[in-house]
Amino acid sequence: MTAAAVLREPKDFASEQEIRWCPGCGDYAVLRAVEKALAELGADPDRTVFVSGIGCAARFPHYLATYGFHGIHGRAPALATGIKLANPELDVWVVGGDGDMLAIGTNHLVHALRRDVDLVIMVLNNAVYGLTKGQASPTTPIGTRTPTTPLGVVEHPLSACALALAAGGRFVARALDVHQKLLPEILVRARNHPGAAMVEVLQNCVIYADGAWSHLSDKAHAADAQLILRHGEPLLFANGRKGLRLSQERVGLDVVEVGPEGPDAAGVLRHDERDPALARMLAELSPPMPVAMGVLYADPAPRTFERALREQEEDARARDPGLDLATLVRRAPTWEVSG
Amino acid sequence: MGEGERESGIRGARTRERLSSVVVRLSGDSGDGIQVVGSQLTLATAISGAELETFPDFPAEIRAPAGTTFGVSSFQIHFADHPIHTVGDRPDVLVAFNPAALKVNLPDLREGALIILDPDSFSARALERARLRSDPRTDGTLARFRVIEIPIEARARQAAAASGVSARQAGRTKNFWALGLILWMFDRDLEPVRAWIARRFASEPQLAEANRAALDAGYAFGETAEIPLPAYAVPRAPKPPGTYRTVTGLEALAFGLLDGARNAELKLVFCSYPITPASGLFHLLAGMRGLGVTTFQAEDEIAAVCAAIGASYAGALGVTATSGPGMALKTEALTLAVATELPLVVIDVQRAGPATGMPTKTEQSDLFHALWGRPGEAPLVVLAAASPADCFAMAREAVRLAVHHMTPVILLADGFLANAAEPWRVPELSRKPEFPVRFARAGEPVSPWRRDDRGVRPWVVPGTAHRAYRITGLEKDFETGTISYDPANHARMTEARRLKVLKVAEDIPEQGCELGEPGARLAVVGWGSTYGPIADAVAAMRARGCDVAHVHLRYLWPLPANLGSLLASFGRLLVPEMNTGQLATLLRAHYLLPAEPLFNVTGRPFQVRELIGAIERALGDRP
Repeated sequence: MTAAAVLREPKDFASEQEIRWCPGCGDYAVLRAVEKALAELGADPDRTVFVSGIGCAARFPHYLATYGFHGIHGRAPALATGIKLANPELDVWVVGGDGDMLAIGTNHLVHALRRDVDLVIMVLNNAVYGLTKGQASPTTPIGTRTPTTPLGVVEHPLSACALALAAGGRFVARALDVHQKLLPEILVRARNHPGAAMVEVLQNCVIYADGAWSHLSDKAHAADAQLILRHGEPLLFANGRKGLRLSQERVGLDVVEVGPEGPDAAGVLRHDERDPALARMLAELSPPMPVAMGVLYADPAPRTFERALREQEEDARARDPGLDLATLVRRAPTWEVSG
Repeated sequence: MGEGERESGIRGARTRERLSSVVVRLSGDSGDGIQVVGSQLTLATAISGAELETFPDFPAEIRAPAGTTFGVSSFQIHFADHPIHTVGDRPDVLVAFNPAALKVNLPDLREGALIILDPDSFSARALERARLRSDPRTDGTLARFRVIEIPIEARARQAAAASGVSARQAGRTKNFWALGLILWMFDRDLEPVRAWIARRFASEPQLAEANRAALDAGYAFGETAEIPLPAYAVPRAPKPPGTYRTVTGLEALAFGLLDGARNAELKLVFCSYPITPASGLFHLLAGMRGLGVTTFQAEDEIAAVCAAIGASYAGALGVTATSGPGMALKTEALTLAVATELPLVVIDVQRAGPATGMPTKTEQSDLFHALWGRPGEAPLVVLAAASPADCFAMAREAVRLAVHHMTPVILLADGFLANAAEPWRVPELSRKPEFPVRFARAGEPVSPWRRDDRGVRPWVVPGTAHRAYRITGLEKDFETGTISYDPANHARMTEARRLKVLKVAEDIPEQGCELGEPGARLAVVGWGSTYGPIADAVAAMRARGCDVAHVHLRYLWPLPANLGSLLASFGRLLVPEMNTGQLATLLRAHYLLPAEPLFNVTGRPFQVRELIGAIERALGDRP
């Protein structure tokens, strides 16, 4: 690349495309957060690729001034893996909704995380199928009536963060679309994490599932409903009046009141991003417990998938230097036929 | 066996009968090491200078219960002093290691064929396992054959004992003992096999010694046996000068892909998911990582093709390989490659379907799927390889057309081609890339959707400065590439994608005749692995003075520009296929010509005599 690094404003990452999301859609806020993060990272639009599947969230690449590949439903992680196989130097982001990533393409999400491909994978979870007009998704709460579940959903919703941890994901984070400070911070960290980073964004669909996350986002009870995680800091919520400690009776977390002696005296745990057991407990927290927001888990592996592959390739080359196709085809027993 | 004449001994005191061609089949349990000695017999035969074709026929079960008919594994070799293109209709020699192997192979044998049996394997229990009510050696079943009984396993055990291996291991060298005998019988050199054993068992010297001793003992048995053993000689076949090796279809595909990538100056990124009978290609390429090929085992068939598309998008050569069931799963992604106009090579090693079908048996029944089996108007290029060695040229061609026409290319092979082997003249590989790719350059003020006069769009690779653009499976505006649902634009884009693929016909060779001339009374028209039996059948009929031609299609879409006029020149068209008439239907629909289908859906290739019969009938119907 010839162009020197140029500091860019968030707006410089917007494409010329007219945005076609519904007015009030949470995706606008997520797009703003992504533009902020890209500016903060000093990203080079010519070396950045956004890859998506199908759905409202999957329109994302059209609205960014980077390279973009709007693929087919659920397969974005597989497309992105291929891009990294061809050119590990590219900065590749995957964006999908809960249908894309937790239904039709769950398999690809699981394996991209397991392999630790160096990708940022954003799961925009609005608990509904928007583009196909309001059907239940794998994250729709039990009892919800939708066109495909007129008598109410009977299936248990899936947790993207718990799934990502079970898949061996080494960077797992969660935020709300309205977290305009926390979300860009998480995205910057996700990008700087070597390997696969999964960021779940709880995002509001104003048309088909309006208020799906209002029990978490409404100002009136946000402080009680959200547990904002900071590495090394105590697990506090409700403006510091409550915290989480290890249960005395079972394997799990209990809410504890924090007295004037402070959180440590109350036995409140401190967040450790490198503790997988704690991360799993945090991922499973759901109302009436506070829901964990921020980086649940971040513990990079010694080498990413692409790096490990490249090392193998270099080793193979070093073991057999100078090997070319002309030599290889003659490695089998040969015989000469003279004219 | 071909016509023979007696002549005095070439080696030892015996008389060797000179033959022009022989078909040998080795058969036993899937754990007996049949395929291993089959490949060694191939090597020894190839080095002797004979023409040859081989085919392994193994069960889908990895280790079926010993002694059962469904656990039988076989290897067939056809060798000759003249050009041949098939593994031979009927074995002249069968080595059967147990009653089940005898039972399974008996219906295929030529009358009067030589059968070599191990009498110790015919226990009451073994007969029962093979579901034989009586002993075929004594109940008259073998009356029409020449049978020689040799206690192969006992003799192998005896020979191998001195090496210090266990009695059980010594008994397991019976495959090499039998190979030694066959090599003596056809006057082949032992040395290449001895060298292979030394390499293969380098880390287990006792096993190396045991197998070598068994091999030598089998050979020595032939020379000194007191029973009348037949001995034959099949002279060298005349061939164009050069360096030769044997090659299977899968090996040739791997080399062809690598050579294609090299000539295009692209990194080969091979993304696949294990499936019989395509997995062998993956195994081969995974062993070639030192050449700079990247191999990726995806979580499923869909991820495999999507990763290959992603790799092509990012400027590599994305390739995926599969078989019928996997083709079905890749279908939507193929339409994405069509819509985004990215290069992609998909190798379909066809097998007998539908559904799981017969995974280890061959068929040509994916032609319609390759041509038309996609939702939406989604045209792409379809090629087919004709023989194991032809897989090299066609894989290379698939790469060339994909990268220079920005289109997915499906290359059809099949289970027979994949595993069959034949001698291959090792090509001279040019140093200079023959069809290098030119990516769109930084800052060139050209839209990624501006087509050239062939209707091909530029390949703009992420990382190129000032060219960032969005690509999508949604319909795109013809000029700008942005999303468009405009009716006239969709019609225009559909036509642009159709014409782009049709124009590939200007970049492929004209269709000619393999044998015979345009205007013949009858043309036998084939595609894919029916090449061998058609070539041999047409050659035989032409030798009888019949006016018959052989036309073999390697380009199935677009069809060669002159194909219609060529086919119209013949009096009659016979189209043999291992399906129920897919190419015949295509030719009828496309050219309104009365192509007559000839089916074979047995899971096995056509036999030459079957085709000769069909040609005789076709020529005989009319004066």
